[in-house]
This record gives sequence, structure tokens and C-alpha cells, in this order.
Amino acid sequence: MSKSEDNYHHEGGNLPEHNEGGTQEPSVKHEVIDAYWKANIRLLVILLTVWAIVSFGCSILFVDALNQINFFGFPLGFWFAQQGSILCFVILIFVYSKLIGRIEDRFHLDDKDHEKKGGEQ
Amino acid sequence: MSTQLLTFIFVGLTFVLYIGIAIWSRAGTTKEFYVAGGGVHPVVNGMATAADWMSAASFISMAGIIAFSGYDGSVYLMGWTGGYVLLALLLAPYLRKFGQFTVPDFIGERYYSKTARLVAVVCLIFISFTYIAGQMRGVGIVFSRFLEVDINTGVLIGMGIVFFYAVMGGMKGITYTQVAQYCVLMFAYLVPAVFISILITGNPIPQLGLGSLVNDGSGLSVLQKLDNTLIDLGFNAYTQGQKSTVDVFAITMALMVGTAGLPHVIVRFFTVPKVSDARKSAGYALLFIALLYTTAPSVAAFARLNFIETIHETEYREAPGWFKTWEDVGLYAWTDKNQDGKVQYAPGAPFVGTPNFTDARGVQGERLVTNELTSNDNEVYIDRDSMVLANPEIAALPGWVIALVAAGAVAAALSTAAGLLLVISTAVSHDLMKKTLMPQITDKQELRFARMAATVAILIAGWFGINPPGFVAQVVAFAFGLAAASLFPAIFMGIFFKRMNREGAIAGMVSGFLFAFSYIVFFKFISPELNTAEHWLFGISPEGIGAIGMLVNFIAATVVACFTASTPQAVCNMIDDIRIPAARDIAVD
Repeated sequence: MSKSEDNYHHEGGNLPEHNEGGTQEPSVKHEVIDAYWKANIRLLVILLTVWAIVSFGCSILFVDALNQINFFGFPLGFWFAQQGSILCFVILIFVYSKLIGRIEDRFHLDDKDHEKKGGEQ
Repeated sequence: MSTQLLTFIFVGLTFVLYIGIAIWSRAGTTKEFYVAGGGVHPVVNGMATAADWMSAASFISMAGIIAFSGYDGSVYLMGWTGGYVLLALLLAPYLRKFGQFTVPDFIGERYYSKTARLVAVVCLIFISFTYIAGQMRGVGIVFSRFLEVDINTGVLIGMGIVFFYAVMGGMKGITYTQVAQYCVLMFAYLVPAVFISILITGNPIPQLGLGSLVNDGSGLSVLQKLDNTLIDLGFNAYTQGQKSTVDVFAITMALMVGTAGLPHVIVRFFTVPKVSDARKSAGYALLFIALLYTTAPSVAAFARLNFIETIHETEYREAPGWFKTWEDVGLYAWTDKNQDGKVQYAPGAPFVGTPNFTDARGVQGERLVTNELTSNDNEVYIDRDSMVLANPEIAALPGWVIALVAAGAVAAALSTAAGLLLVISTAVSHDLMKKTLMPQITDKQELRFARMAATVAILIAGWFGINPPGFVAQVVAFAFGLAAASLFPAIFMGIFFKRMNREGAIAGMVSGFLFAFSYIVFFKFISPELNTAEHWLFGISPEGIGAIGMLVNFIAATVVACFTASTPQAVCNMIDDIRIPAARDIAVD
């Protein structure tokens, strides 16, 4: 997707496989962390925008306009404020959990079997 | 069997269950005491978090508040769930990766400062005590109404139970007890909601029932009928808000951010094995919470409708038994302003303040009050905290449902109280004793301090429960304002802004906390008569001031950080480390 990720795969392929607990030089390079962090922030911004739209947007700022629409017996704005936003919140967390997991896999930064990661490539 | 006997049996059985679990899961080490050994499955942790989270305010007060404020009550629904999105996306995974025991642990290490740790401890203790007072009060209400013991005795019994399993089992005992409590409270909340939904609309799913047609042949949906009924009586429509948009916005924001900053919720995510589990666990927690939170608005609307239909224009002598029982407890009052012997329900308070009962009875047999009457037509005083508990009786459901609701309410209050006691005791034994004052103490001694601190905390909490400063939900709302203004920004900036340093974080926490604290104290305790929209800052009520407090915190922290030394390299490395789920060679554990 972006340059930084390509950069990572190059770097990641050459990860040294050392495990002396006390060393000051971390095995995961700064550039990898920065690239991962950028991808993470991008995802967070998107999801938190949705979070703000369903709660502060649909349920508060635009509630009167949406209340003109009937949604299964509810005025839509009222429904968002009392049920819809909560459902969206649940979905948002599971979506984040899924997508960030994929990003971590791509960067080999996930939390399973991390000891082997250096040698895999 | 009488309802009271059933209530004794139900509440008694659940107590036996909780104590049994506590004995089975006794904590032996500080790690077990603080974070249940760190090996709790994400679904189990999600369920425990949900019970920890859903307090007496959620169970008892929330639907009552929504019932009487309609759309405006949405701030609690959204605020107390939306915060989990912030928690799962912005805090929980990183704090789990950090891998210590407490919130002050994180703040102390991240800001390389014992002062920062101490400021966090002070904020935490304030927040947790404000919050816990509401729980003890909730326990008191349930006991006084259903077991017909004095509110103070109720508080003492509740304290005894929590003492037993929180002090013995620590986080391990609490986690498994909370799973049981979640099941009890959720079942207790759903059963009456389903029954009432069927009675009113024929739809067994309360969430859908709220939008369904009322089965009285009127062709109106529940919300339409409620809107019409309320407008006829001179109220505003249920689906329309009274509060200003800016206030609704600020309160929702303060509650959301506060939720994410509440220490007793954050520490729950220290108990799962991995970073990815922390995220999943937050998702499950919110799913379990959403089950109750989407039911609450239905319970609220049904309760309000039922209440008006059974009470308005009814002869007091013929009023149903529950009205009189709640009057005897002192949470309802009726004063026959127009001397017609009938109960009239209308907008406005029937008299000034909370009822001040005399021992005498009026001509109709009602309890007399000495309060100064108001000029409106309303004759009924209802304490909103009674609504969920009275709901099954109002709908004339069988006695076992009423007993179940009582057991559920106690479960909700106890589970939250236990979680709060744990963070308080941990803050004292771990952050204050081990990490600050007496670093040489052993694991065993630290555990002893934790248990001692929990004991003292329970005693103080009980005192607050007996001398409560206000409505259950209102008291709790303050904890959120303070958490939003102090802890959340410090943790958030600690993860997302490497540039944020010791001086900035301390300045932010102190200024945010003091700002929110003084605003709330001024309007609630010093000059309550000024507590109206025209005196508020930007039209924001004390309940919503946490949102501004958060901004004060961010601004103060940023300004101070700009003019002071930058974050040391070692700390920057630590931030890099907590940002990724994978372990690095310099692992933190």
C-alpha cells in the first residue's frame, strides 16, 4: 500500500535473531514501528470518525432532522441516540480488533509466536 | 410464598454463590490479587468487565432517569457505552502491553516521576470513592425496600459481603464472582423487560417492542402513545429533548471520556494474557453491556407509560399496593392539592425538595409531608431510583420476578463496589507503599497492606453509603467528570505523544482535576441556587464539565511540555515498545 511498508519487508527480512534479554538495541527497528504506527493511526482516525458521526452527529447534532424519518416505529434520530449508536460502538470495536490484527500480521508485529519471527523470512 | 420470602431466598442464594466462588478462588500472590494472575480468557474478562461496569446506577437508576427525561436520558446510554470504543482503540491494548498492575504504575513510569504517580493516585482515590458511594446507596435502597430492613442496615450487610470476597480473593475472586453476578443481573433485568414488552406490545424482544404498536387497538406505537399521553398532561414529548444541544454534547463527551479513564475498568484489561485479547475483551465487554443498555430505554418507556396509566386520576384509596409500599419506604409521596381524593400527575415538582414526612396520616391514609407546596397541579413525588425496582410490580408481574430484580440490583451494586475497592486498595498498597514509601517490603507484606487498605476503604465507602451526597446516578456522574479531566488525557498523551513529558502531564492532571472539581463543588455544594443554565460556563452543566476539564488538561499539558525538557530517550523506547503488540528484546514484564 505505501512505501513505508515495502521498506519494512526489506528491513524485516534481515531481522537479527538474537535474544539476550539485557541488550539495549531492540530487535524490531524504529522504522518498522513508525510504519506500523502510521497504519494504526490511519485506521483509528477512520473508526473514530464513524464513532463521532453515529453518536455526536446522528444522535445529537442532527437529531431533529433525522427524527422526521420513521425507522421501524422509531423517529430515526431518537433510535440512534437510544439503540443505534450502541450497536455501532460494539461493531466498531470488533472491526478494529479484526483490522489491526491484519495490519500486525503484515508487519509481523503480532503477539503470537514472536520469538520465531526473526527467522521466518 | 410471599414476595419478601422469595426475595430473601434469591438474594441469600446469590450470596452463598458469591462466597463459594470467593473461597474457591482465593488469591495467594500479589499478581493474583492485582490482576488475577494475568491469565483470564477474553470472554470471561469481558463478562467480568461488564458486571464491574454495570453498577447500581446502570441497573437501578438509568432506566428511571430515561423514563422521566426521555431523549435527554440518551446521554447516559451513549456516554456509558461510547467510552468503550475509546478504551478499546486508544488505551486498553497499550496498557496491557505495558504489563504492570495499576494506572498510576503507567503514569509513574511513562512520566518518569514519583510525583506524577502520586497525582494519579490522588485522582484515582477521589474518583473511586465518589463512584463507590453511589453503589453502597444502591444496595441500601434494595435492602430497605425488599427485605424491609433499614437503609443503613442494608448498607452494612452489603459491606460485609463485599468485604468477604474482595479482601480474600482480590482480583481473582472478584473476576469469577463478577461472571456469576453478570449472569444474575442480566437475567434479572431481561425477564421483567420481556414480560412487560409482551404485555404492552405482544413483541417478546424489548428492543423491538419499543418501536412496536401498543396492543390496545389504538394503532399507535409505544413512543407515539407515550408522546401523546405526555403532551396531553402538559409535559414535553418523550422523544424530544429539554437540555440544550451544547449541554447534551458536553455531558455525552464527559461520560464517554470518563468511562475510558475510570481506573477500575482499565485495570480489567491487565488481566488478559495478550494485547490482542485486550481488544477482543473490550469488544465482548461492550457486547455484554449493550444487552442491558439497549433494553434500558424500552424498560424506561414501558415504565413511564404503565405508571401514568395506573396512577393518574386514580382514587388514592384504590391505588395499587406498590404505590403505598414505596410511599412507606419514603421514595414516593402524594399530597392531595385539590382535595378530590384522586392522584393527579402533572409536570413540575409537587412540593419543594425531597419529602419531609411527619408521622401523621391524611384523610385518605396518605403520609403527610411538611414541605412547602408548589403552585402546579402535580400531586405525586417519585424518586427516580425506584422506577426499575417498582416496574415489575407496576406491571403486576409475579412475586418471583420482583425477587429476581432485587437480587439483580444487589449483584450490580456489589460487583461494581468490589472492583472499585480493589483499585483503591491496589493504589494504596502497590503505588503508595511498595513503589513510593516502603520499596523494601516483600510480596507477602504488600498483600497484607492491600487487604488492610481494602478493609479501610470498605468502611469509608459504607459511611458514604449511609450519608450519601445525592442521587445514585448523579453522584456517579461526578466520578466521570473527574476521570475525564484528569486520568484519560494523561494516559492518552502518554501513548500517542512522545513529546509529552513529566512536567506537562503533571500540570495537565492537576489543572484539569482542579478545574472540574471546583466547578462541580461550586454548583452542587457551595451555591446550588446558581445551578441554572444562565450561570454555567458556555451553558455546560456540572455533569458535562469534564469535557471542558479534559480540554483544560490537554492545553495546560501541551503548553507546559513546550517549555520544558523533552522526554528522555529511555522513555521514548518504552513508548515504542508499548505501541507494538510483539515483544522486543527489551521486554517489559
